[in-house]
Amino acid sequence: MATEFVARGADLELVGIRREFPGFTAIENLDLHIPAGEFFALLGPSGCGKTTTLRLVAGLDEPTKGKILIGGQDVTGTKAYQRPVNTVFQSYALFPHMSILENVAFGLRQRKVADPLAKAQEALELVQLSHLAQRRPAQLSGGQQQRVALARALVNRPSLLLLDEPLGALDLKLRREMQIELKAIQMEVGLTFLHVTHDQEEAMDMADIVAVMNKGRIEQMGAPEKLYDRPHTAFVAKFLGQSNLFTGQVVEQNASSISIDFKGHKLTVPKDRAERHSGLVTIGVRPEKAMFHEVQPAASSDVNIIGPGEIIDIRFTGVSNQYLIEIPNIGQVTVFAQNVGKSPVVELGAKVWVTFKVEHTFGLADNPDGATADNDAVDGED
Amino acid sequence: MRKFSLGKWTLPVYSTLAFIYLLIPIAYTFVFSFNDTFKSNISWRGFTFDNWVNVCDQQGVCEAFGSSVLIGVISTLIATAMGTAIAIAIVRYRFKARSMVNLLLFLPMATPEVVLGAGLASQFLSMGVDKGIVTIIIAHVMFCLSFVVVTVKARVASLDPALEEAGRDLYASPSQVFWKITFPLLLPGIMAAALLSFALSFDDFIITNFNAGPATTFPKYVYTAASKGIPAEANVVGSAVFLFAILVVVTVQVRGAIKAKRLAAIK
Amino acid sequence: MAFAAFGSGGGGKHSSPTKSNGKVALFLLIPGLSYLGLFFLTPLISLVVTSLEAPDPSGAIGVYQYGFEINNYVYAIQTFWPHIARSFTYALIATVCALLISYPLAYFIGVRLRTRPLLQGLLLTLVIAPFFISFLLRTFAWRQIFSSDGVVMQFLHATHILAPDQYIAGTDFMVIFGLTYNFIPFMTLPLYTTLERLDLRLLEASSDLYASPATTFRKVTLPITMPGIISGTLLTFIPIAGDFVNASPEFLGGAKTAMIGNVVQSSFLETMDYPTASALSVMLMAVILVLVSVYVKKSGTEDLL
Repeated sequence: MATEFVARGADLELVGIRREFPGFTAIENLDLHIPAGEFFALLGPSGCGKTTTLRLVAGLDEPTKGKILIGGQDVTGTKAYQRPVNTVFQSYALFPHMSILENVAFGLRQRKVADPLAKAQEALELVQLSHLAQRRPAQLSGGQQQRVALARALVNRPSLLLLDEPLGALDLKLRREMQIELKAIQMEVGLTFLHVTHDQEEAMDMADIVAVMNKGRIEQMGAPEKLYDRPHTAFVAKFLGQSNLFTGQVVEQNASSISIDFKGHKLTVPKDRAERHSGLVTIGVRPEKAMFHEVQPAASSDVNIIGPGEIIDIRFTGVSNQYLIEIPNIGQVTVFAQNVGKSPVVELGAKVWVTFKVEHTFGLADNPDGATADNDAVDGED
Repeated sequence: MRKFSLGKWTLPVYSTLAFIYLLIPIAYTFVFSFNDTFKSNISWRGFTFDNWVNVCDQQGVCEAFGSSVLIGVISTLIATAMGTAIAIAIVRYRFKARSMVNLLLFLPMATPEVVLGAGLASQFLSMGVDKGIVTIIIAHVMFCLSFVVVTVKARVASLDPALEEAGRDLYASPSQVFWKITFPLLLPGIMAAALLSFALSFDDFIITNFNAGPATTFPKYVYTAASKGIPAEANVVGSAVFLFAILVVVTVQVRGAIKAKRLAAIK
Repeated sequence: MAFAAFGSGGGGKHSSPTKSNGKVALFLLIPGLSYLGLFFLTPLISLVVTSLEAPDPSGAIGVYQYGFEINNYVYAIQTFWPHIARSFTYALIATVCALLISYPLAYFIGVRLRTRPLLQGLLLTLVIAPFFISFLLRTFAWRQIFSSDGVVMQFLHATHILAPDQYIAGTDFMVIFGLTYNFIPFMTLPLYTTLERLDLRLLEASSDLYASPATTFRKVTLPITMPGIISGTLLTFIPIAGDFVNASPEFLGGAKTAMIGNVVQSSFLETMDYPTASALSVMLMAVILVLVSVYVKKSGTEDLL
């Protein structure tokens, strides 16, 4: 076997990948570079092509077009069993007819590595399951099975570890625990992780870099904080957290900012936080960056004001209160207020103005589907 | 729950009666295997172990039993191998004429045995083939095949394809994946299919009768003997086979139950 | 198991075909399918050809030549219509009897005993126990039990339930009794597989919605278990219609109980009247295929395997 198995992670490069299935195209044209040693998350809704991408990298599927390079080496034509890549499957795919230890030793045995059982035992220690080595997979809980699947992949010291929604089947509490554990293990072994998930919190929590995928394309890629602070497209703004979006024609601009006319309200966004500076532009703000006031605030150049409107729904979620404000002729705006004890005590039906700082707004490269200059505000959805 | 029952005791009593009905001929056969027969095995004449101890003394019984086992084993091996391959192909691969294949596999199960037997016999006749053990085996493989496919198919369908993918991912070549993962996981289904196939072959009379020629199987022996009265030694063979089969099935079940209990205790 | 063959059973959760590698599929399919082509399809064609053959001009017994003698069918129907009618009547009655016996039995094992899996398994073994003893031996046992000098008959005669000149062996009743007995497991097993999966909460919901137990059975249990009933009736009816062991005089039958199967086997193996035997077989096959397809179409069970 020509491929080397390196202890450190290798980088992954996808060049012009396209994958067609009868009837639809799962991946249109994908270019991606994941640096060695990174924890990289591929985030997107189901059907966006993220799992197909993973299977292409694993060698379980072949691209219609394009090249896959691992550590600089072209592996496009090689089979799954020839690639220095291992996968933690969504269903774990533990072999039910083998003991836990034999499951973990499987890859080592195939590659004829010396002393496979001792190495498998070590890997089980890493995931704190060495005491269950002789059990069968059916005798383990979901969380334990997940850890065995991880050990079975890690023990091979792959250049690249692929995680296919590995936490999807676990309940919320266990999932949080496993996220922390997984991140710790990644730091410890220093491998390149490619993690596919539809859970935005999970992706932001664990990954160094997140790529948001939609309809077979990568919409935006970057550090989680950056993606959240400056989404570039309406899809990212809505998929990653919630957003209030406003679409309008650019009516004013100066050296540092542009303003749109949104149904009679002038809303301003800094130029360096906007993707486009002319024409029909959608600007947005996160609900927690918006505030409301019971008296009309004074106009200011660094604050956007809309209103007055009426509070039509209040939800208490514990750490924050979520207010839904209906503004006549404009639509609904969502505002989160931290529940720190001094949040404005208002009741349903109260008349309020919504404000948000210009520096907190972002301008998108596209407009929400079907947006026109007169479109209603689009409130974020989870 | 009480609402759905037809009264508390009706069902159990009814079921007990049904079981008695089902078991009477078995009990009869078993009891009369101990009959101290003189000429015929019709009326009870006294208890003896002779028929069991000297079962092969009765001319033809053991030979017929032996050829039934031989035919059963050979046809089972062939039918199971071909049927398993078809089952894997049907579940795992996309191909044209899928519904045609399904129909072809369904038809033998929907065809009465006389038709299967007479059809094959008329083909052997027109081809001028001499009938014997080989033609019996050919016939048995034919009617066992579909049953094997159905049984193994269920097992293949419940096999998570991710397991084979995991094997490929863990450096196993396609043939290694098959022998280390696919085959062991399908084995219970294949074994069940083989047992079913053997049972069908071993007990078949109608199709065999058309294609046996001078060859004799155990059922054919019983049929031929029926006009003169079936000897007690045939009851011995039948009862022994019955006891063996029941023993195997019950052992498997009890072991499964114990395993399930242990699993529940661990979790 | 194979007994779900006619039902919607089988099929696990991972049933979608994933690969499209035609060569491998072909390699796996070809041996088995060509076998069926050679030893199942061709014989059926051979049967049709034989059914149209004409007697050899030499007049030798058992020698025929190719022809197109539709008259073989006319002759078969004219001569053997009582056997044809008898076969399907027997099959119908025996199938209904088997259903009536099996349904409560399957309900008891599959629903009532659900909380006791070991007992469930053991009773299921008892249901298929007749399979483990030779078909011919168990049929012969009934003949012995009901033989004219047996205990049962002596009792029936002594108590005057039957007149001294009345016997059971050799009657229509005896044959149907044997047919029912022999094919009960084919009925019980598919019924059991559907009843075992019956969601009891549906019955609770039904009774919660004011349905009486009888209405619940008629409107909920029965429709849900219909696939099992269909599969069971087909698995029972088909082999019964073609059986000849039960009806033969050596076993449970008499002079006037012969079915199609008896005629086919004696024409083929004894009088060597191959065309008549073949014509009867072809007709039996045709009737069964029509019945199956109508039945399956009406019940909507598309995936037969």
